[in-house]
Amino acid sequence: MMNFDELTINDIKRDLLTKKYSVEQLVKNIFLRIYEIDNEIGAYLTLCEKSAIKQAKEIDKKYRNGEKLGQLAGIPIAIKDNICTENLKTTCGSKMLEDFIPPYDATVVKKLKEAEAIIIGKTNLDEFAMGSSTENSAYKVTKNPRDYTRIPGGSSGGSAASVASGLSFMSLGSDTGGSIRQPASFCGVVGLKPTYGLVSRYGLVAFASSLDQIGPITKNVRDCALTLDVMAGKDILDPTTVETNKEKSYLDSIKEEIKDIKIAMPKEFFPKKLDIQIKNKVKDSIKLLKSTGATIEEISLPITRQSLSAYYIISSAEASSNLARFDGIRYGYRSENYKNINELMVNTRNEAFGKEVKRRIMLGTYALTSKHYNSWYNKAQHLRNKIKKQFECVFQNYDLIISPTSPILPFSIGEKIFDPLDMYLSDLYTVSANLAGLPALSMPCGFSNSNLPIGIQIIGPRFSESKILRTAYALEQELAIKQSR
Amino acid sequence: MVWETIIGIEIHAELKTNSKIFCNCPTKFGAEKNKNTCPVCIGLPGTLPRLNKETIHLAIKAGLSFNCKINNFSKMDRKNYFYPDTPKAYQVSQNDKPICFDGFVDINKGADCVNRIRINRIHIEEDAGKLVHLEREPHTLIDYNRAGIPLIEIVSEPDLRSPTEAVEYVKAIKNILMYQEISDCRMEEGSLRCDANISIRKKGEYKLNTKVELKNINSFKELQKALENEEQRQKELYINNQMDKVMQETRRWDSVKGKTISMRKKEESQDYRYFPEPDIPIITIDKSWINCIKKQLSEFPNERKIRYINNYRLKEKDAELLTSDKALGNYFEKIVASGADPKTTVNWILGDFLKLLKANEISVDQVLIKESDFAELINLIKREDISQKIGKVVFKIMFLTGKRPKVIIEEKGLKQIKNKDALEKIVNEVLTSNTNPVNDYYEGKTQAIGYLMGQIMKETNGQANPQLSKELLLLKLSCKEYLPIHNNDEQ
Repeated sequence: MMNFDELTINDIKRDLLTKKYSVEQLVKNIFLRIYEIDNEIGAYLTLCEKSAIKQAKEIDKKYRNGEKLGQLAGIPIAIKDNICTENLKTTCGSKMLEDFIPPYDATVVKKLKEAEAIIIGKTNLDEFAMGSSTENSAYKVTKNPRDYTRIPGGSSGGSAASVASGLSFMSLGSDTGGSIRQPASFCGVVGLKPTYGLVSRYGLVAFASSLDQIGPITKNVRDCALTLDVMAGKDILDPTTVETNKEKSYLDSIKEEIKDIKIAMPKEFFPKKLDIQIKNKVKDSIKLLKSTGATIEEISLPITRQSLSAYYIISSAEASSNLARFDGIRYGYRSENYKNINELMVNTRNEAFGKEVKRRIMLGTYALTSKHYNSWYNKAQHLRNKIKKQFECVFQNYDLIISPTSPILPFSIGEKIFDPLDMYLSDLYTVSANLAGLPALSMPCGFSNSNLPIGIQIIGPRFSESKILRTAYALEQELAIKQSR
Repeated sequence: MVWETIIGIEIHAELKTNSKIFCNCPTKFGAEKNKNTCPVCIGLPGTLPRLNKETIHLAIKAGLSFNCKINNFSKMDRKNYFYPDTPKAYQVSQNDKPICFDGFVDINKGADCVNRIRINRIHIEEDAGKLVHLEREPHTLIDYNRAGIPLIEIVSEPDLRSPTEAVEYVKAIKNILMYQEISDCRMEEGSLRCDANISIRKKGEYKLNTKVELKNINSFKELQKALENEEQRQKELYINNQMDKVMQETRRWDSVKGKTISMRKKEESQDYRYFPEPDIPIITIDKSWINCIKKQLSEFPNERKIRYINNYRLKEKDAELLTSDKALGNYFEKIVASGADPKTTVNWILGDFLKLLKANEISVDQVLIKESDFAELINLIKREDISQKIGKVVFKIMFLTGKRPKVIIEEKGLKQIKNKDALEKIVNEVLTSNTNPVNDYYEGKTQAIGYLMGQIMKETNGQANPQLSKELLLLKLSCKEYLPIHNNDEQ
């Protein structure tokens, strides 16, 4: 009845209106499919079948009665398990929060519920979103739906895999250094990290507060624009969100022409040793954009070479402080092995945090000690400001920047898990946007010879989501035409 | 050897806001344990702080009250440490960009002499929860009602030279905070707390010696005692050539044992790993905001004192006492506004009133006597409806019951006897039954009058109008109606 691999939100909305199937049928089929294939893929950590079906029935009734419906009425979605959901377990992929049930909804979750999207479940991730392969989850390894021997990317690996395998039609990810874009790229779907401050972080369990953003993962650009319309906006519960006065919705703005757009191609993102297949596919896409009237020029962004170091110092420093609250006292895991309060806290943290989390807490703690603050944290912040300035400079002359999303193809499960530095390198092209607070989108631009997805990244100035989406949409159209030829 | 003591004080004052610094939870003291909490102030994962504007407002007000400069850009920082009363395992505070800096407060040292104490900075931060240790229980419970209550920390320069001066300084700060309604300053509830840094040096030396930080001081009395004790301890160590034992450390004042006890040495002190709080944007304070708050500043203790001296012709010492507690001054003014004579009112307040306050251990705002009733009492005495003495009795009952003076006088039948016939009768009785004093009087011992007046008062429970009684008494005596017979003979 339904081709889940192809189905988009737009398709479902049309089908529901024409009564091709009911929301209940759709949701029940999704769960059938989850039971069929998610044992293998491992996208979900928690499912909420009962509430989903109940909600589906209610929306069907509304459809029947011709009542006014939310923008995402009846659309099955998935939430990364580091985003709080009221009365629904939120583990962050960590043993620390294995039984943690938040008493409140994250603002984005609230907004999606108001838009009447149906939450199917919570998706797997690297513990506390720290990782690039979803192998750091305390619960399971998620597989790449395109190739079960490979990782789906991370940390939003479960979210990307759920969309790519048709186990949800939109999923929420969080992106601190590429955690939405890199798995979107690896799974062949669209992922957007919005401008810092566009989407509320309230309810996102913080990894690195100054870098984290929640964003959508969808099958195509149109769905991305639609869900961003639902999620974006100032939230009084998150003082780092900003009011944006845009004239039209993101959805309405994607269809405009991109003729006068000037795109920069930083040569640092296309080094000689870059995987040739990635380089070729991205360059092909750039050519397609050129054919639609965009101007493309090569530029230099030398500072981005240092971005990875700055990123790992700042993100780990903030993480060491953000994760300090997990002490076994108020909620979450508590060690049974203690004689006094210090032992309680130390043993709890020792037993419940995974290796990668501990590694970053140690690095971050070190970087913040009064002895090393200046040479580490401060220096990294200094670099961060320079990165911001360099991007600002580029955006004085160009509308957008284009690059590969990842310098590498999805790698094999277990391949890099013992080499954290090599793993960190897969974030090379994505971390800059977080450091500069810029919006960046990854979309599929083709496949490798071994049929692995390749992603292209579009970065814009702050709050240029409309422009990014419009360009991505145009490219998506061109790629589809090219493919059908 | 003459020694000099160097003291610096850090004061933590809870701000008088309606809600906590980062959420909407109420700040009211004394609620059921953990009642005033929400996901934000207990630091549940995913929650974010939203800085309460009222907090900044009151911090600026404090800065202006203490002659500080206000930073146009200020930021919050995280102070990281593990302790169960700190739900996020970091306290949101201010490190290098406090809201206020470079201020001072003047301590009065009698007429025309002030001692200016410099204030280094005033910054805002959140309070922590409270550990509740249960007796004979292995567990400790935590009450997070206090977690997230906004505080200002006022840091003085080491300008104080004695424990007494330190106490005066804290009193002056407290008084101004209360006058400007910045904090309730209830030391007994912990809404005003202070830590002291103290070192000593030979008089005339410039270099500062190693300082010791004292914690856990809950009252002015304890502050004085703790500082004197520590001053003495250090002095003895220096005199005995054991200066190496004066170490940079934190010592806890144990009021029961009456001494300071080492908590941790400097090497054991934590590295708080301060860094800018990424969840709270930079705080921008523009000139118009500051000016607006400047206009809202109300009268300061010193200004009020001068007003009292000028308007009510009070003695400086009395005015000083009256203005040392805003509530006391307010009370005074309301009584005067209700029609009582200022000077008489001051005498009442600084006399019987303060005595009863102290004896009953209550504060002015807990007093039952309405200002208008207080004024009424004063005027009843002035009109001689009751004597001063009866007035004191009535006042005490008013203090304990809150009843109106007229009601008390009625109930207890304390009204003054002014009726001439009634008084004459009593005077007659006293004269007939006290022949000896009467004789004394006629023999020229005029002080016998006092005794006879006393008897009249005794007979009337003090209700006899003194003036009229005395007039009648003298009249009767001059008529020699009561001249004893035998004496008469002799004449």
